[in-house]
Amino acid sequence: MIRLVYLARLRDVLGTPGESVALPAEIGTVSGLLAWLAQRGGAWAQELAPGRAVRVAVNHDLARPDTPVRAGDEIALFPPVTGG
Amino acid sequence: MTSVRVQQEDFDVAAEIANMRAGGTRIGAIVAFIGLVRDLNDGDEVRTLTLEHYPGMTEKALEQIVADARQRWDVSDVRVVHRVGALAPSDAIVLVLVASAHRGEAFAACQFVMDYLKTRAPFWKKEMTPGGERWVEARESDDNAAARW
Repeated sequence: MIRLVYLARLRDVLGTPGESVALPAEIGTVSGLLAWLAQRGGAWAQELAPGRAVRVAVNHDLARPDTPVRAGDEIALFPPVTGG
Repeated sequence: MTSVRVQQEDFDVAAEIANMRAGGTRIGAIVAFIGLVRDLNDGDEVRTLTLEHYPGMTEKALEQIVADARQRWDVSDVRVVHRVGALAPSDAIVLVLVASAHRGEAFAACQFVMDYLKTRAPFWKKEMTPGGERWVEARESDDNAAARW
């Protein structure tokens, strides 16, 4: 299982603050995870489409498309940050 | 005293500076940046600004930015206080304090911390305007400001 966390505008449009999901064995990277989630269609497909500005953190560190994802990870999806 | 805090309550700038000054007599300069809520953004009146963060990651990201600043400049102390929750126009959002022997290093390190914070620390702003709620979009100018370092 992995823990998915959705923050800020993404939480609003996806309609949930997060979920625990079983990671399919063939998914090993952040880009693979986003493509898999986008297959849900609707807001998922729209928000996670290639080219959309989605930031990802794996276990509280900013991740890149090729960052590995493993069972037990906490993976957060969020829009570009706007603090300060 | 920890160098990074995320909190709902307001901060006391004078008390924070006094605490920093108590850290030693080698400090020749303290630079303070205070970010405030504006009542106008993108042409619309802002009534409330709500700040959200990602507990755990936000503190970690701020600590990394402070560590980077300490490595790049000869500064003796760097502190960041960032508020979350519902804020009103003119409320303080963020305080960055940098102490060093001379002003040049402190000015530069303070700008660096703010530029990196704006693009790397997980905070998000939601505005309440007369037309309803809206999430604030990230600005390209902030990316450009961070890229110069």
